[in-house]
Amino acid sequence: MNENNQNLIQGIVASIDRDNIDTDQIIPTEYLKSIKKSGFGEYLFDGWRYHDRGKLGMSSDQRDINSSFILNHDQYRYSSVLLTKDNFGCGSSREHAVWALRDFGFKAVIASSFGDIFYNNCFKNRVLPIILDKEIINELFNLYSNEPLNITIFLDKKIVDTGKNQIPFQVDNNLLERIIYGLDDVDITLKNKEIIKVFEQQRKKDKPWIYINE
Amino acid sequence: MAMLNKNFLSLNDMSRTLYDKLWDEHHVSKLDSGESLIYIDRHYLHEVTSPQAFEGLEQKNIKPWRLDANIATPDHNVPTVRGSSFSTDQINDEISKIQVVELDKNCNKFGIKQFDITSNNQGIVHVIGPELGYTIPGMTIVCGDSHTSTHGAFGCLAMGIGTSEVEHVLATQTLKISKLKNMNVVFSGKPMPGVTSKDIILYLIKKIGTAGGNGHAIEFSGDYIESISMESRMTICNMAIEAGAKVGLIAPDKTTIDYVKSHSFLDQDVMDFAINYWESLKSDANACFDKEISIDVSQIKPQVTWGTSPEMAIDFDGSIPAMSKSKNFLLAGSYMGVEEDQKLTDLQFDKVFIGSCTNSRIEDLREAAKVVLGKKVDATIKEAIVVPGSGAVKSEAESEGLDVIFKDAGFIWRDPGCSMCLGMNPDQLSPYERCASTSNRNFEGRQGNLGRTHLMSPAMAAYVAINGRVGNLL
Repeated sequence: MNENNQNLIQGIVASIDRDNIDTDQIIPTEYLKSIKKSGFGEYLFDGWRYHDRGKLGMSSDQRDINSSFILNHDQYRYSSVLLTKDNFGCGSSREHAVWALRDFGFKAVIASSFGDIFYNNCFKNRVLPIILDKEIINELFNLYSNEPLNITIFLDKKIVDTGKNQIPFQVDNNLLERIIYGLDDVDITLKNKEIIKVFEQQRKKDKPWIYINE
Repeated sequence: MAMLNKNFLSLNDMSRTLYDKLWDEHHVSKLDSGESLIYIDRHYLHEVTSPQAFEGLEQKNIKPWRLDANIATPDHNVPTVRGSSFSTDQINDEISKIQVVELDKNCNKFGIKQFDITSNNQGIVHVIGPELGYTIPGMTIVCGDSHTSTHGAFGCLAMGIGTSEVEHVLATQTLKISKLKNMNVVFSGKPMPGVTSKDIILYLIKKIGTAGGNGHAIEFSGDYIESISMESRMTICNMAIEAGAKVGLIAPDKTTIDYVKSHSFLDQDVMDFAINYWESLKSDANACFDKEISIDVSQIKPQVTWGTSPEMAIDFDGSIPAMSKSKNFLLAGSYMGVEEDQKLTDLQFDKVFIGSCTNSRIEDLREAAKVVLGKKVDATIKEAIVVPGSGAVKSEAESEGLDVIFKDAGFIWRDPGCSMCLGMNPDQLSPYERCASTSNRNFEGRQGNLGRTHLMSPAMAAYVAINGRVGNLL
């Protein structure tokens, strides 16, 4: 097995009991000014994690920390799975939201549903979004919201293992492979270069106005 | 290619929705993975979500697939007090400046057409695309911005994408995606005076929720849609994403074609050829939708949001709902500084923002100016700003004297950009300030740390500026 492969996600579960957590909450606009793909972990859930207003470049030891927020508790500081409710990641398309979760250390997010664009973005960054029924989500909240406990996710078997229960989940195999193997879509698609070129030549004939610019 | 398409279409696909047709039209191939490669006609870029994509191209040593598919402009970070001789160097916020400089550098290096900060055509990317003729019916359009759904008003398959996909589109001119389900929202009837397309879309979001359209492309149809302008249609498609749908669509008709004709750079003969095709872009009469919703717009009052999600909207003369029944409501009420049973009309506002890709077009400014004409901004309002969506909107408004109406009343008349919709530039709320905003998101902190956003139409925001509170527009 390639050492870059990821068949197993294991770690502490942190839970946030809210619906509709939008990508502005996951990473506020202030930090979108970065032109890099990393360094966002410190600003994850910034408005909830800190009392003060931060700026790009500030580190958490310069900030007024909200000690009641879960990710500021010592036991949850190294969580690798986030448990939340409905429509997580709705709103803005910013991939920075996934970069922030990944940089913090989250490898999977379990929710009853996700915003469509966020869901797509996860698979580009090896963060696994797992959709489970609301009743199961509520059971997981009962289990995980009171103390820091481990969870194990078997990617190839599509099973979430709480230690007490094994819960199956659904995800497209092709998307799951992106997480397991960390594939780059650009490289894969460019193998179809000729098909795209043929399509484009035909389109130029059929719909020439698409190709006219001022 | 014909064979590939034939393989892809199943036998019962005889009747198709508009979304199905656009999907089929741009379908390059079905992949072993089960996804499809979809060809992209137009790609808009701005400074916030593109730098990492350009960096990816450089690392892979790849050039953009088709340069003239791409149009760029800086909008999110730009200051809106610029005047006529402003250049990128004059941006005070050093971090914002880096991002705008980076867009300049990348566009120059790769050869991408940009309406830069000095251009008269600079503006919010979703405002300039249609008005400069780059948004054409039947196109697939993407941009690293969720409000790309706006362009669906022209019968385009338009959607927001993440930065990895921005890189993918630059490199391959395609997206690797799976098909969405179809939803039809039928708006019928004639709205009451004072009710705009913003109220109609907020009402829909309230009804179906911010996850109501997840996994779907929403087609908006019905006699109400047929009766409204392109500007109003863009407002509706713009906020499809706030209903959870990354794609919003309206079939092209005479209104669409008239707009395109008056904004296009295409020659007449090319246009005549294209119009036949554009007119065919509609759902078949017996096309099957996975979900259908009908709404009588004649019953809808002006809508204003009270909470921290666009679905938390109520009639302007309504009361804040009971909090105890929902944890989401409790959190929202506490953040917004409102209590259950409180009348929306009793809330005192601090700031007014008229702008954003939702409501910064000429029609929006006209509607607001009508309310403002001859009146003064209320003494309780600390600041009321109007931010036109583009250079073209700004100059058109000035030629109609709208700027004078606003300025005489005490509004500040700004230069184009996203501005206080998301406060990446200096236009922000201070903590606990209450803002009447024509933008699209009332999320916590969206307009500034601890700021309180109430979404509403341009006319209602103008009313708040004059009266300090929301109220009856008639």
